[in-house]
Amino acid sequence: MSIVEAIKTFILEIDWRYFIELVFSGLTKGSIYALISLGYTMVYGIIELINFAHGEIYMLGAFTGLIVAGVLGYLGFPSLGILVIAAIVAVVYCAAYGYTMEKIAYKPLRGAQRLSPLISAIGMSIFLGNYVLNAQTQDFVRFPNLLPEMPFLDPVSDILRPSSFLIIVCSAVVMISLTLFIKRTRLGKAMRATAQNRKMAMLLGIDADRIISATFIIGSALAAIGGILIASHTLQINFNIGFLAGIKAFTAAVLGGIGSIPGAMLGGLVLGCCESFAAGYFVSDYEDMVAFAILILILIFRPSGLLGKAKVQKV
Amino acid sequence: MRFYKWIGLAVACLTLSAPVAANAAGDTIKLGVPGAHTGDLAGYGVPELNAAKLVVDKINAAGGINGKMVEIIAQDDQCKPDLATNAATKLIAEDVEIVMGHTCSGATKAALPMYEDKKIVSVSPSATSPELTQKGQFPHFFRTTPSDDAQARLGADFALKALNAKKVAILHDKGDYGKGYAEFVKQFIEENGGAKVVFFEGITPGAVDYSSAVQKIGRSGADTLIFGGYYPEASKLITNIRARKMDINFVSEDGVKTDAFLKLTGKGGDGVYASSSRDYSHLPITQEAYAAHRKMFGSEPGQFFELAYAATQALLNAVEKAGSTEPEAVMKALRAEYVETPLGKIRFDEKGDCEGAGFAMFKIVDGKFVNQTFESK
Repeated sequence: MSIVEAIKTFILEIDWRYFIELVFSGLTKGSIYALISLGYTMVYGIIELINFAHGEIYMLGAFTGLIVAGVLGYLGFPSLGILVIAAIVAVVYCAAYGYTMEKIAYKPLRGAQRLSPLISAIGMSIFLGNYVLNAQTQDFVRFPNLLPEMPFLDPVSDILRPSSFLIIVCSAVVMISLTLFIKRTRLGKAMRATAQNRKMAMLLGIDADRIISATFIIGSALAAIGGILIASHTLQINFNIGFLAGIKAFTAAVLGGIGSIPGAMLGGLVLGCCESFAAGYFVSDYEDMVAFAILILILIFRPSGLLGKAKVQKV
Repeated sequence: MRFYKWIGLAVACLTLSAPVAANAAGDTIKLGVPGAHTGDLAGYGVPELNAAKLVVDKINAAGGINGKMVEIIAQDDQCKPDLATNAATKLIAEDVEIVMGHTCSGATKAALPMYEDKKIVSVSPSATSPELTQKGQFPHFFRTTPSDDAQARLGADFALKALNAKKVAILHDKGDYGKGYAEFVKQFIEENGGAKVVFFEGITPGAVDYSSAVQKIGRSGADTLIFGGYYPEASKLITNIRARKMDINFVSEDGVKTDAFLKLTGKGGDGVYASSSRDYSHLPITQEAYAAHRKMFGSEPGQFFELAYAATQALLNAVEKAGSTEPEAVMKALRAEYVETPLGKIRFDEKGDCEGAGFAMFKIVDGKFVNQTFESK
């Protein structure tokens, strides 16, 4: 009975308001991780490549948004309009980056041994980071506050910021659309088929190159959305923001089971919430340590990730 | 190797003492200037020696102090404690009465017991270690540089006295600089007892979001947040705090008092407090000292130049006011007499730290740093 008692006191004693605050901040961070990790997991699912330059695409998304916002702000557009247009331009621009990156850095190496595209990916990541560093600035730059006032959030303004609300809602919409796209459309079916067995899919007349390109385009677009969202949340960006976010997102993808799309979403949210609880109930000094300790525990009991399928691999 | 070094030092000692012997008959005030005049850290010590030379030349040209000429006796310690004790021994052997040095904290700490023994008053321009003045074991030691913890003391005092803080949250970026500052602030607030430290944690620079830490700070009920770290994290935190409409004072140090912080935070930065060292370069006396350096050495003065210039001025001024080099009288004058230096008007407190120079607190008002009239004591 003592366990029941303990649970009872826990439920009664717990500060629910604070708990919900932490859940929201975990979901905010987790949604960003999830959006980026989808790109990792989709690319891995199809060509078994870890695209390390993916974090840089996220950073490019934020920078594109900043530049567009700067121009439109100068022309006197309303702020919500700027945000939408900036997001659309960033998505298109980053999708083009993803497409080009695949054609330049990965396609020529498709037949090569596994480690070569990996190095190519790391090189691409360094190249893009330094490109923005040199072409833009090494300083942190301010991202304009483009969010409209959300009066309906006022009663809960201390637990849910408008930018967090936007991040959670946008990510949810994007992830639901992606799921429908993968499940329902022809291209989505072709992608799933290619992920399951590329050779077989090709034999059945699916153009694998086209599918791979589509995967990079979709992944990059999602990362760009993540970049815009986080920039309008923290209101500052620099050339290096993709690094830590990319690593966390990659971790989220592995946690959820790399190759699995719902897994990446779940992994991102779980990682974000773990970090948030670690900082909120423990100390923020050990935020990353606690989060990764939980991660290792999960992987010990589920080596292929939360939703990953166990698969025999010949490396 | 060791043997040759000793021979080298002995030779250097002989050459240095030659003019002294010739001068022994003439009555001079002997000012010892030990410091890193060669070696890796000569970049610190040489500007200090140059500053001493400039001040002494100026005073001698005007007829010296109470009719006596001032004579500089330089000794190199390379910022190494073992060489510093050698340097001190030699200065004492030369009957040096007052000392402007040493350059580094370690060397100063090694040499100070020897000066204490002979009751020689010394003023260091650059030894920043807090313990040198705070433990009270070197009553004859003074310094013009603020100690390492001076900025933290200002932050803590400002929070307690100017902001009337009762519950203080302290956050740092886990780096040497930020964490060191945060730990000193915590120590000072706890020693004072006027407020409670309700939160003390670190965050990872470059992380995606600091919401959870900010929430925890909000929950701790803190009225003041003191942050040790740099401006990118500070800006993210302040953006978060403003978006949450939290009613909390934000106090930080010179890692935050930058133009970059103003640009990053925009309007959100208004109301933030940040300290930094005072800027003296506009003072006419500082400009004059720079010009004299350019004329005599043909280059721009280096680091610690102003601090050493002020230290030499203060020391010689105290000798003049005291009418002799008698230690008690000189120390009394150092504490009592304000002197106009490139650091502004300075004198020394009971412990030997400089009053009047050091750090100042700024508040952001309409996107600009505005000096706050608050003296840390």
